[in-house]
Amino acid sequence: MSTTGYIAAAWFGTFAAVAAYAAWIIRRSRRAAALVPEEDQRWM
Amino acid sequence: MSVIAPPPPTIRPTTSSRATRVLGVLSIVGIVALAVFGLFITPPDAELGETIRILYMHVPTVSAAYVAFVVTAVASVAYLWKRTEFWDLLAASSAEIGVLFFALTIFNGMLWGKITWGVFWRWEPRLTTTTVLFLTYLGYLAVRRIPATVSTRATVSAVIGILAVVNIPITHKAVDWWRGLHQEKTIFGTVDPEMQGTQLFTAYLGLTVFLLLFLWLLIHRFRLAWLSERAEERVLDRAIADRRAESVEEAP
Repeated sequence: MSTTGYIAAAWFGTFAAVAAYAAWIIRRSRRAAALVPEEDQRWM
Repeated sequence: MSVIAPPPPTIRPTTSSRATRVLGVLSIVGIVALAVFGLFITPPDAELGETIRILYMHVPTVSAAYVAFVVTAVASVAYLWKRTEFWDLLAASSAEIGVLFFALTIFNGMLWGKITWGVFWRWEPRLTTTTVLFLTYLGYLAVRRIPATVSTRATVSAVIGILAVVNIPITHKAVDWWRGLHQEKTIFGTVDPEMQGTQLFTAYLGLTVFLLLFLWLLIHRFRLAWLSERAEERVLDRAIADRRAESVEEAP
């Protein structure tokens, strides 16, 4: 692989992983939030 | 007299708030700016050449991971002091994000190593201590999945969260203490003091963007953990209520 290929892999891999993790959190959060009334959604 | 039923509990199916939305927008704008500067505007480095563009990912991810692990340690101390769920869940949420960022640090470092050293991996001091640090936090997350009472799990993981952070200075100083292949530590271990102009700006932009991303992820991950605990409690309460109702029906 060329240097450009490695650079592209580093940038794409990093942001793809962060985006996938963020999407996983949001999807699970929506599912969990639908089970819990708003009065229990106080975070402290 | 008519009986008015109480209104059903309102559901807000999201963990976002105005603050997280602002943080999210800032992060996205920052990522776009970082990509423009890191990939197109900054010139190649005099020594590192084009490979410096990988370091625009490598350095911010490791910095964000270190911050995440320090947050875990501080929250673990606070848990042992206050014994509240808030600190336990904050420590766990931060550790998980730290592991993600640290895995990305290793991934980027391997790609950089392949170009520079010709191999993805060498068992030299910095990489060895990095592996130990990574495995320690994977162990922390594994311990949190062992079936135990909430209090026991939180206490054991808080102790690990405090002990594990000691690995950070060891990993950070490994390039000074032992001879190896890895780049020497630079100013604060993050930004090269010889960097100037757009290179320096891009380096700091990367740090800022990844700290914003960390904060955004931390808030959402913490709220998810909180909601999961509440949802589990509700399921348990319902199961107990159902069991009680069954036993009343079965009673003669």
